[in-house]
Amino acid sequence: MTTFDFLLQGMLVAAQPMNLLYALIGVTLGTAVGVLPGIGPALTVALLLPVTYRLDPGGSLIMFAGIYYGGMYGGSTTSILLNTPGESASIVTALEGNKMARKGRGGPALATAAIGSFVAGLIATLGLAFIAPFVVKLALVFGPREYFALMVLAFVTVSSAFGDSTLRGLTSLFIGFALAIIGIDQLTGQARMSFGVPDLLDGIEVTTLAVAMFAIGESLYIAAQGEQGPDKVEAVKGSVWMTAQDWARSWKAWLRGTAIGFPIGAMPAGGAEIGTFLSYATEKRLSKHPEEFGHGAIEGVAGPEAANNASAAGTLVPLLTLGLPTTATAAIMLAGFQQYGLQPGPLLFATNPQLVWGLIASLLIANFMLLVLNLPLVGLWVKLLTIPKPWLYAGILLFATLGTIGANPSVFELGMLLAFGVLGYAMRIFGYPIAPVVVGLILGPLAEQQLRRALAISQGDVTVLFTSPVAAVLLVIAAAALIVPLILRARGRGQVLSQLAANED
Amino acid sequence: MKQFFLASILAGALALPAVAADYTIIAPANPGGGWDQTARSIQSVMQAEGISGNVQVQNVPGAGGTIGLAQFASQSAGNANALIVGGYVMVGAILTNKSPVSLNDVTPIARLTGEYEAIVVPADSPLKSMGDLVEALKKDPGAVSWGGGSAGGTDHIAVGLIAKAAGVDPTKINYIAFSGGGEALAAILGSQVTAGISGYGEFESQIKAGTLRLLAMSSAERIPGIDAPTIKEGGLDVVVQNWRMVAAAPGLTDEQKAAVSADVEKLAKSAGWQETLKTKGWTDTYLAGDAFKEQLAKDVSATETILKDIGLVK
Repeated sequence: MTTFDFLLQGMLVAAQPMNLLYALIGVTLGTAVGVLPGIGPALTVALLLPVTYRLDPGGSLIMFAGIYYGGMYGGSTTSILLNTPGESASIVTALEGNKMARKGRGGPALATAAIGSFVAGLIATLGLAFIAPFVVKLALVFGPREYFALMVLAFVTVSSAFGDSTLRGLTSLFIGFALAIIGIDQLTGQARMSFGVPDLLDGIEVTTLAVAMFAIGESLYIAAQGEQGPDKVEAVKGSVWMTAQDWARSWKAWLRGTAIGFPIGAMPAGGAEIGTFLSYATEKRLSKHPEEFGHGAIEGVAGPEAANNASAAGTLVPLLTLGLPTTATAAIMLAGFQQYGLQPGPLLFATNPQLVWGLIASLLIANFMLLVLNLPLVGLWVKLLTIPKPWLYAGILLFATLGTIGANPSVFELGMLLAFGVLGYAMRIFGYPIAPVVVGLILGPLAEQQLRRALAISQGDVTVLFTSPVAAVLLVIAAAALIVPLILRARGRGQVLSQLAANED
Repeated sequence: MKQFFLASILAGALALPAVAADYTIIAPANPGGGWDQTARSIQSVMQAEGISGNVQVQNVPGAGGTIGLAQFASQSAGNANALIVGGYVMVGAILTNKSPVSLNDVTPIARLTGEYEAIVVPADSPLKSMGDLVEALKKDPGAVSWGGGSAGGTDHIAVGLIAKAAGVDPTKINYIAFSGGGEALAAILGSQVTAGISGYGEFESQIKAGTLRLLAMSSAERIPGIDAPTIKEGGLDVVVQNWRMVAAAPGLTDEQKAAVSADVEKLAKSAGWQETLKTKGWTDTYLAGDAFKEQLAKDVSATETILKDIGLVK
């Protein structure tokens, strides 16, 4: 049988009424938990695993996949409307999405996120069905040195993309690095910067930092402005739906986001966030309206949202083909497989084709359900902004706290939430961008560990970082991203100078 | 707004059972690794056998389990519902990391399983046998990179012992630590490292699919069903068994300790657990009470000697 026949057969499995119901429960739950800061799909699947023990394997895995995709959809909503990312993969969405929402364009922002997620989910799921074996080979080419080169590229593109001032952006990034050093070093097991506090041995949780910096910091900032807050938020200005221009600017961003997110999601040490960072930087560079970035550019929402959904599908590539879980959610799904005596790995496609193809087919169905579920809600969600500010931000504080306790019930964690909230507030006052701190916390340790592993494998030979073709290409792109704008700027200045000189004549 | 409230109430309700669960098991490693698999197997068997209605697994990865152990010791004191999975790796990691928290700071309940180390290479590696690998190691110890679990763990110790037995300076080995089995497996499959070493279960499906070549096992005798020689057969006197245990929180009363021990014994004796051991390829090495305490103390002192011998602990 060909892949296509298998997929059709899978559709028949997934389209059974009970399985459709499981998919619906999954996507609804997933969207709900995605909305809440702190509680993510991983926790939800973990909590449901014991409940689903009595269900048949197909049904419960289909439900889990629905939760996973749903979480990626839901995470964008609070990012856009409230500047409070529900998941770390939606942090980038808040940058442009919230600016759009403040200008009364929350509707189009939510719509481009939902449709972009659908498009990316569709393409990436088809990719999972047809090119998984190829993609997984590509992912395995990535060793420590290639990951390090990828991180260098991410740093270069991301740090130049955040905020108007490079110096302030870099300052924020280095605050993130400093926070990332805290905790036990994974390669040697030595404690760093933990000052003997056992709670700091695990390091700083990304979600705690993100929720604190965005949600708590934002609430404090709004509260401190009082009634005289300069930025009046308009709930809806113009159409709630996307205009023709919005469509024209979004579709390419969706496709590029998918192309970036899917392979990175498939990499064992990739992760959804890196794809969103790279997508945002790409969109800013390629946009015909770069001046709008930082003030609500729709491409900056469309690209990263497509990227995070595509990487969700990408994550399933190593899970199904190698039995390698690369995210927390995938790991718990792996446990779900094992609960039914199935061992994901190279043999799963051969030994349990109905289940694998049923899962892939139900991902397609879940994706469609999510679009149907989310688009009509757009009009409702934007009404959130009409709630009086004191109520709205009190609610945000409540949910941020609840989410943090839900993820890690510890007093120390709550203290960190508050402390980082105050830090986020101070950074807002002094005009430092928030996102690079979180980026530094995510990318810093990855880059450090991969560099050290690469150098250990090469026994300290630095040239090894450039001799792998993949790493070399990535580093060249990174260098170009750094140098080309400088050259252009220098040439631009030259033209201005020559014009000035001409004027003097 | 109504939806927003409903969503949060729903999510809040979901979060609550985590606090009120019968057992919360910390797997102090990344998902996919041996401790994670042990914790999740305990979870499913405990629920299937009705020993506990609700079991949660939480991953706290890193540094040979000492990060998870430290968190467990500090956050779960006196909590009879909290368990942590651990093992031989932790014994070594506590020593190499000079961890402020040791196994004396928790309440070891029972040893559950043992697993032997498998030495593998990618299918397209020029190394065809354990002999080839040892030859390469003798020629240039640094050129042979070994991918495995965290620094100072069973995998690392086994590599050190192999080097020592082969007459190679054990401090010269090039061991690359990954924080979980999953990440190490990816590096081995991608030929990023020369060879891989970890528990057999973590490589099994790849070995069966032919993407990894199994060179040798660290058992004393050949294991039925596994088609590979022992390291011993190659003339190197190395036998390493990676055992795994379950421990409870510090500061439990005797009754609480007895209750947890009874639940764990029920687990270990259940048909579901025996079935799981078979499918995972783990050996049943159940040992509880004072016998386990004695064995543990012996292991700790023996490990210290080995680690000093091979230069991992000064």
